[in-house]
Amino acid sequence: MTDAVADPISSARGQAQLTTADGIPLKTALAIAQSKARRRAFLLVLPLLAFVLITFVAPIGQMLYRSVHNPAFSDNAPALAVWFEANPTGTEPDEAAYEALVSDLRAMRENKTQGVAGTRINYDLAGSRSLFTSTARKSAKMEPPFKEAVLDADEDWADPQLWQVMRTASSAYTANFYLAALDRTRDENGNIVRVNENRRLYVGNFIKTMLLSALITGCCLVLGYPIAHLLATLPLRHSNLLMIFVLLPFWTSLLVRTTSWIVLLQSQGVVNDTLVAVGVVADESRIQMIYNQTGTIVAMVHILLPFMVLPLYSVMRPINPSYVRAARSLGATSWTAFRRIYVPQTVPGMGAGGLLVFILAVGYYITPALVGGASGQLISNFIAFHMQKSLNWSLAAALAALLLACILLLYWLYDRLIGIDNLKLG
Amino acid sequence: MADTNTEDAFVEFDRVQKSYDGEVLVVKDLNLSMPKGEFLTMLGPSGSGKTTCLMMLAGFETATNGEIRLGGKEINNIPPHKRGIGMVFQNYALFPHMTVNENLSFPLEVRGMGRDERESKVARALDMVQMGAFGNRRPAQLSGGQQQRIALARALVFDPKLVLMDEPLGALDKQLREHMQYEIKHLHESLGITVVYVTHDQSEALTMSDRVAVFDDGRIQQLAAPADLYERPENSFVAQFIGENNKLSGTVESKSGDTATVRLTDGETCQALAVSCGDVGSETLISIRPERISVAAESGPNSTSADVKELIYLGDHIRCRLNVHGNDDFVVKVPNSAGHEHLVVGEKTQVTWAVEDARALNPL
Repeated sequence: MTDAVADPISSARGQAQLTTADGIPLKTALAIAQSKARRRAFLLVLPLLAFVLITFVAPIGQMLYRSVHNPAFSDNAPALAVWFEANPTGTEPDEAAYEALVSDLRAMRENKTQGVAGTRINYDLAGSRSLFTSTARKSAKMEPPFKEAVLDADEDWADPQLWQVMRTASSAYTANFYLAALDRTRDENGNIVRVNENRRLYVGNFIKTMLLSALITGCCLVLGYPIAHLLATLPLRHSNLLMIFVLLPFWTSLLVRTTSWIVLLQSQGVVNDTLVAVGVVADESRIQMIYNQTGTIVAMVHILLPFMVLPLYSVMRPINPSYVRAARSLGATSWTAFRRIYVPQTVPGMGAGGLLVFILAVGYYITPALVGGASGQLISNFIAFHMQKSLNWSLAAALAALLLACILLLYWLYDRLIGIDNLKLG
Repeated sequence: MADTNTEDAFVEFDRVQKSYDGEVLVVKDLNLSMPKGEFLTMLGPSGSGKTTCLMMLAGFETATNGEIRLGGKEINNIPPHKRGIGMVFQNYALFPHMTVNENLSFPLEVRGMGRDERESKVARALDMVQMGAFGNRRPAQLSGGQQQRIALARALVFDPKLVLMDEPLGALDKQLREHMQYEIKHLHESLGITVVYVTHDQSEALTMSDRVAVFDDGRIQQLAAPADLYERPENSFVAQFIGENNKLSGTVESKSGDTATVRLTDGETCQALAVSCGDVGSETLISIRPERISVAAESGPNSTSADVKELIYLGDHIRCRLNVHGNDDFVVKVPNSAGHEHLVVGEKTQVTWAVEDARALNPL
């Protein structure tokens, strides 16, 4: 500090850089003064930060990692990995390759991992798991020349596609699960091709999920807008009652709500019985309204409606009725006043509600699983299938990551078109 | 009370009543007629029914009973957008998602006016309120006074026959409010428009209006020019609501012509102009304006002694609180002119007023 006073240059600079009465630069002093408050504030958010890190960032990171990383085969086939390393793609497997295969199979048998490794290959080439388990059993007694011995055990080992699959699987890091999630695979030369028509599942389902979600969002908007308007304009006494009706589905178990739709819509259900009783529909041609797309749409619109109504309501509530009155006094019909004055002011609410409902709908699982039947399944049902049934977690992770990417893309689009700062949730 | 001259009436309320709940009448038997080009202010405390009247005229509320006529035509069943009435709202109600230009061209657009004509009209209206440079701003980027001007320009841009203003200056600070009062008045004079203005600020009403309708309890208590309203209030509500007022209560002892002799509560008598005091024996309230009382002993019926209670120095005049006829709150304004009477708190003095300045009114 004394230096600063003695030094003419720094004292000249001191004119620009303000100091406190003690000679400490003002910015430093301010930082010191505020640091305590900032530390305390940080301590307050620390539990939440830890919670988010542990329950949100870590699992999603783990999932994204798993979608490109699967060591099930590469860990158990080190000898084959060495051979693949030494020989380029497309090389005919020679005696050395089969020797490596047999040594790996023997090791797998010892460690009881032939099933795990086989399953990994099975993801890319159906039917390979049994190949691994059966040949591993026989591998102990095999003698050179190994090529003949292995082909003797099962001639499927000569399939060049199998060798291509093992080549890619010999590295733990792979984009194959993303390829699979996009209905693509690699042929024997490592080129990316579409899978057979009857095995193309995911791209179509992604598109269907998006379209259904958009339809559900549209239905929610059409149904929710008048409700939100009513809520916002009714006297508080009445609007409170209405608000309870809107929130009631929130407080009821999701399962109860979904199953009550089954009761209503099934072919022996309330709606069909009524239609038959009235005579609109013949008894033998009852309308199929559940266990298909219709069921998914109806139940999901019902469940997601509050997510549309609440943001709309929170935007509509503070809109002063004098805007519409002013428009009317300026000569606009009630429809023009609504369209040109009222609706534009509710755009942030529509955006928020739409985005919320769409994102929730895209990832919805329980409802389509219960009432969707075969045609009403969404992409999350496939993710659940791979998590729980096929145990192909890497594919599930790849599908989920693609879903996440779609939503981020949508979010980016929304930001570009409407502006995220216009988003109003409450 | 109300004008019944319907010959050249432009806006007319004919026995209009309004109730919101079927139990209470918010507007009770309103009769009012105003000629073209007049600036009429509806003045009254909140809840007196003045805004309801304005809303009925604009078409946002329907009259429960009676007829409202505009230019000789009944408009009870005409929707607001077909009435052609410009309106300035209390919070301006400028459309927040539109620029100033879009706000102003909105009424022209909905009338199907062409683009060129719209633009020239908008530019003219903006120039009229000296806001020509602000056409591309959003309302949120303007100050309160600027928003006020835009709201005014928007209400005038489509050349309405009638302009309604609902406490348009309520949100502005005092200085700006006074400035805008003059501007609105000048616009009214130069454009020759008919204006109905609602306010609860009496000085605003007195400054701007040709006539003022004082509302209370759903009725027009008095409809008169500002000077008449202040100098010749017809009942004690108007006397108390407009300006400062000294009250002396008593009973009418005798009446001769326009003059009534009133026995005050302290036993003394006072002579006053009989305005609405009723017959001999009825209760009355005498109203005297503070500036009409002189601090001097003069001969006459209304000269009495007073105790000086309090003096407040206000520069151009001195406000004296006296005890006169037992009323502790009797205020006299002594002009601070050269050689004026010097009063001292605690002393006795003599005050005098003219008979015609003391108005005997019906008690509230």
